[in-house]
Amino acid sequence: MAIARSGFTICVAIAALVLACRATLSASPERSGSPQSPTFGVGRAPTAAELRAIDIDVAPDGRGLPSGRGTAAAGKDVYARRCETCHGPTGREGPQDVLVGGLGSLSTPNPQKTVGSYWPYATTLWDYIRRAMPFDHPGTLTTDEIYAATAYVLFMNGIVGEHDEVNQQTLPLVTMPNRSGFVADPRPDIPVKRKP
Amino acid sequence: MQRSRRWFLRASAFWSSAAIACRGRSGAPPAEPRSIGAPISAYGARSRFEKAARFVNRNTKAPLEEAASQTPLHDTFGIITPSSLHFERHHSGVPEIDPAAHRLTIHGLVDRPLVLTVDELKRLPSISRIHFLECSGNSSSEWRGGSSGSDVQRIHGLTSCGEWTGVSAALLLRECGVHADAAWVLAEGADAGKHDRSIPMQKMMDDALVVYGQNGEPLRPEQGYPLRLLLPGWEGNANVKWLRRLKVTDQAAMTREETSKYTDLMPDGTARQFTFVMEPKSVITQPSGGDRLPVAGVYEVTGIAWSGRGAIARVEITTDGGATWAAADLQTPVLPRAHTRFRWLWKWDGRNAVIASRCTDETGYTQPPLGELIARRGTNSFYHNNGIQAWRVAPDGTITNGNRA
Repeated sequence: MAIARSGFTICVAIAALVLACRATLSASPERSGSPQSPTFGVGRAPTAAELRAIDIDVAPDGRGLPSGRGTAAAGKDVYARRCETCHGPTGREGPQDVLVGGLGSLSTPNPQKTVGSYWPYATTLWDYIRRAMPFDHPGTLTTDEIYAATAYVLFMNGIVGEHDEVNQQTLPLVTMPNRSGFVADPRPDIPVKRKP
Repeated sequence: MQRSRRWFLRASAFWSSAAIACRGRSGAPPAEPRSIGAPISAYGARSRFEKAARFVNRNTKAPLEEAASQTPLHDTFGIITPSSLHFERHHSGVPEIDPAAHRLTIHGLVDRPLVLTVDELKRLPSISRIHFLECSGNSSSEWRGGSSGSDVQRIHGLTSCGEWTGVSAALLLRECGVHADAAWVLAEGADAGKHDRSIPMQKMMDDALVVYGQNGEPLRPEQGYPLRLLLPGWEGNANVKWLRRLKVTDQAAMTREETSKYTDLMPDGTARQFTFVMEPKSVITQPSGGDRLPVAGVYEVTGIAWSGRGAIARVEITTDGGATWAAADLQTPVLPRAHTRFRWLWKWDGRNAVIASRCTDETGYTQPPLGELIARRGTNSFYHNNGIQAWRVAPDGTITNGNRA
């Protein structure tokens, strides 16, 4: 009984050693390509390819936009195939977010917040289409299809012409109708001190 | 010894099957069962008699992957929301992520960009804090008067509170060496739609956490497993789930969520942007809409209060529609940016009453009547309703939403 028990202990010790070795081995490829963090020694530097794969955001000044191009004329077909089911034939019908119209409605009792009436930056439209659209198959549009779909939504809102080329130079120059419609958070915006 | 163990197993198997057979016949067990109970189990579940559940509205045109479910505030106690009942709001569904394959990348305006594994994050100094998390769209139905038949879950169930465990975001950013011109951090999720928000550097260096734990176990998938950002007191949408990337920048990215959504439209047509803080708010959870007081008499009025600006200092109760207020008891612990439980004994005289709570936080801000918010902001701002919730009590004891004048 006593012998059997110490045999068991040895087995556990060997298993722990094997696990520890395996953990070290599997960790080492991640560790190459330092620097690790200075205080805790964790992490590694991302490779250029890794960063390219995830650094997808596009800034209002156009930083992050890849080369490529599209026009509303080309985007009409992309829209019909990939967008119309959710946003309607003219971008006004839904059933999901309405994309077109609503200009001048923001200060009325029934505001319509669309790309044309509300969105302050055209670059956001490009970023969001690449990031999240189509809803059920995000990430499946080509770069030129994204430029074309962006151009078509802007065209339906009367913001660009049908044959205007939208690319990494021209898109940041597009001025959206509601560009100056946003203000900083003023809260607390009501008297907040009350007697108990 | 082995023999006796086998005998025990056989015997307990017999009793278990006997118990199951009995249950099968009678449907409900006796109040105090005489037979042996269930064996130990690897992961617990609640009693089959308990039914509290998140409210899932299936009657919408939006797909359920782009929807919200609400916490049953009426049926939870204390200040901690069980992980299984924490409200949900997703924009492209709940992804299934293998924690061994997941990475957090920190890059941009830093000296040393870093890729971190979940295990590496767990090796760093950990912090556990109890904080509420509230969707800025919580209580949005009330801007336009709400529904008299609505209840506390459907009106206010987009707030929950848990104990979150993780690593200080400031620690991570310092390890990377943030540049002097850095002003924002773009936080991005690994969900299908790569949900992203720009967070001011000041908040990231103050109390932001990269968390992996919720109520003592790993985050639930619907709360961002294996990693999420937690910004204590700030609107839920900015607390990016399934966190895969923090990019240090000199300007806000102006993402779709922080421009076309989660901005507060004012009557003059301008919209407030980066309205992060959830202001002081409270609600009576019991008794509340949908309840019926059986007889006139003494009832405990209880509910929760919270503030994104700090700790709750005071909660008051009215039973006459706001003409007079009385101080409620606060249940300790009273923690900053956490749900705080309040209690007050009410002797109901059996007549019409309008009951409500209002809280004051440590900054001196007292929760306003909804009407004052509407007078200032109109009825189209949608987000950030922290107005007082009134419940109307009828002589027959039925309770309905009293926000309609």
